[in-house]
Amino acid sequence: MIRYKAIGAYRLLALSLLALAVTPARASELSELRAELDAVKSNYQTQLSALEARVAQLEVQLAAASSAAASAAPGAPAEVPAPLAPMAPSPPSGGGGQNAFNPAVSVILGGRYAQLSGDPADYHIAGFMPAGDEVGPGPRGFTLGESELTLAANVDPYFFANLTTAITGDNSISVEEAYVKTIALPSGLSLKAGRFFSGLGYVNEIHSHAWDFVDQPLVYQAMFGGQLAQDGAQLKWVAPTDLFVELGAETGNGEQFPRTRLQGNGLNGGALLAHVGNDIGDSTSWRAGVSWLSARAEDRSFSDVTAGGDAIADAFTGDSRTWVVDGILKWSPHGNATVHSLKLQAEYLQRSEDGQLAATINQLTLAAPYRSRQSGWYLQGVYQFLPRWRVGARYDALDSGTPQIGLVDSGLLPASSFPTLAPASPSRVSLMFDWNPSEFTRLRAQYAWDDARLDNRDRQLLLQYLYSIGAHGAHKF
Amino acid sequence: MNSVLKCLAAILLAATTLPAQAAIRVLATTPEWAELTRDLGGDKVDVYAATSAFQDVHRVDAKPSLVSRARNADLVVAAGAELEIGWLPILLRESGNARIQPGNPGYFEADANLRLLEVPASVDRSMGDVHPLGNPHAHLDPHNVAIVAAALTTRLSTIDAGNAAYYQGRGSDFQSRWQAAIARWEQQAAPLKGVPVVVIHRDQVYLCRWLGLREVAAIEPKPGVPPSSTYLAELVTKLTAAPPRMILRNAYNDSKAADWLAERIHAPVVMLPYSVGGTPAAHDLFTLFDDTVARLMGAAK
Repeated sequence: MIRYKAIGAYRLLALSLLALAVTPARASELSELRAELDAVKSNYQTQLSALEARVAQLEVQLAAASSAAASAAPGAPAEVPAPLAPMAPSPPSGGGGQNAFNPAVSVILGGRYAQLSGDPADYHIAGFMPAGDEVGPGPRGFTLGESELTLAANVDPYFFANLTTAITGDNSISVEEAYVKTIALPSGLSLKAGRFFSGLGYVNEIHSHAWDFVDQPLVYQAMFGGQLAQDGAQLKWVAPTDLFVELGAETGNGEQFPRTRLQGNGLNGGALLAHVGNDIGDSTSWRAGVSWLSARAEDRSFSDVTAGGDAIADAFTGDSRTWVVDGILKWSPHGNATVHSLKLQAEYLQRSEDGQLAATINQLTLAAPYRSRQSGWYLQGVYQFLPRWRVGARYDALDSGTPQIGLVDSGLLPASSFPTLAPASPSRVSLMFDWNPSEFTRLRAQYAWDDARLDNRDRQLLLQYLYSIGAHGAHKF
Repeated sequence: MNSVLKCLAAILLAATTLPAQAAIRVLATTPEWAELTRDLGGDKVDVYAATSAFQDVHRVDAKPSLVSRARNADLVVAAGAELEIGWLPILLRESGNARIQPGNPGYFEADANLRLLEVPASVDRSMGDVHPLGNPHAHLDPHNVAIVAAALTTRLSTIDAGNAAYYQGRGSDFQSRWQAAIARWEQQAAPLKGVPVVVIHRDQVYLCRWLGLREVAAIEPKPGVPPSSTYLAELVTKLTAAPPRMILRNAYNDSKAADWLAERIHAPVVMLPYSVGGTPAAHDLFTLFDDTVARLMGAAK
């Protein structure tokens, strides 16, 4: 086989060398002429066959029309469709003018009702440093959720641009994503720049309206405060193989937990991503990946209350590294998800932090080394049992590990000064049920037993609506 | 040692020379356009169909396997008219492949060459999942297939100019075989003119129009909206008064609604392949229509 190829290749090489060496100009001229002639020929041939096809079509329509007219008995309902006008490419819709270049606009309206047994104001994930305001089930009662407004369009032949803003119920607007992405780079490369959800893991890149549960997995809340966005750039490469292999690298300013924005001009760390995926038969497809986020935190502060009731301000400075392993599997009979489908999804995250922890108590600041290794995972499944109905279950588990707090180990402060960092393994069980009367409406009920606080189980009933208007959405796998 | 070197050289040469001679890699979104590309491109094309006849092409995931096929494609053949709007834009964007972006020769939309039916005068989702550009299921009128075939032949000749003559030859061969086949089907199906039928989704409009079948009702009250029990009850009343000769169902449709209705109004359900591969008999474009006409005629007797 190889020998055969080798001979073929040698022959090819020899031929091309010959062609190059002996008659470069004439040969190329000749082949150019030939190609031109062929192109002219083919053009005429195609136009001719297109015309033939049209004539044939018109003949058929004429025949149909006349036979219809002949068969239409007096008094019979005129159900026979009128003949088509001559076949011509349909004119582009939307009459032109300034509006013709409007980007695709889509709006998601969301809202929810929450009945919580625990006070959401004291919600925290035991054993983990607070990761921001978006952790927890949100307020009680009826809340207007995020109204998501997305504008997207190709900028020119080289770039695609997307803006997604979230208008929250408390009248603030935040930019969820605002990025440009190249569409004309060669060799499977694409570059994204601006603000975007990091490509690490699986669920991180998915917008809230497309989640399968009302809220994010607990581990994402603990590690990233919900979803990790980058203000920076991402380079991705898709391998030229039938097996899906995607590698990516990201960097950003590190605005968001567990990173902080640094003092200097530089960027703060970055992420490396790798995903592979494929089909198993015609009913199942999967994707799996490993990602790594490395960044620095400077004075990442949080406040705590010691067992004695004193306020204490803590700040971590050091390196933060997170591994994410993710996997998703989707099944539907023959790939047709109209009636039945199943989606299984799991992710494992592990974070190591190494640096200094400073504590300020009674206007006295002490600092000592700090080291932690924390992890968490979730497993969820969503099953569509009827065309418009889905049920789902999710299990979340976290392990805070036992951090090495220098201030405690050296005897400067008692362990009770850091109640937030006391070892814990929070968990949560969630059940979900949703009804989708059309592609554009989703009504959902979710019930969760949330043991994030450890001592006080929060029973959460969440009812949610999601409506989508405007441009038809396209979702990632 | 020498042989190892030879092997290495051979592999290197093969790797560098192969792309120039290799077949045009085509990612077709639907099995019918995949089959047409195969028929027109012969051994100069390597076609991968993103979906099968058992899938609702409007509801497909942008699967990893499809991203990698898009990454490697020289040409994407899509139905267009927003049929693949839920997933194809993602594939194109995630592929990192400049060749297949809309506007380039590597992006071909079948429906862009056709005059589509049911182009709505105004668009509003209260009417269901309507397609602003018209009904995209155009391949079930074989005259449309002829027009698309001509356009696709031109496109293949543009992308792979070196083999233009080859494509032209196959193109005219296809056209003559196809026109003969159309004449045969139309003759066979002549008795179907005016026969009242019930459809599921509005994806048999082109077939009905071509053969003169009279579509008296659709099981989906509005495109993409599953029927409610009240609507089905109304349908039963309406159709009991004026029963159709048959209920048409595509291979990818769930059989429940059609069977339920069939039992009540005593009309047979005819399962149609819809696309290549939808039935064992429909293994290429010609047999797709052979089988479709045969099944319709079988039920009309």
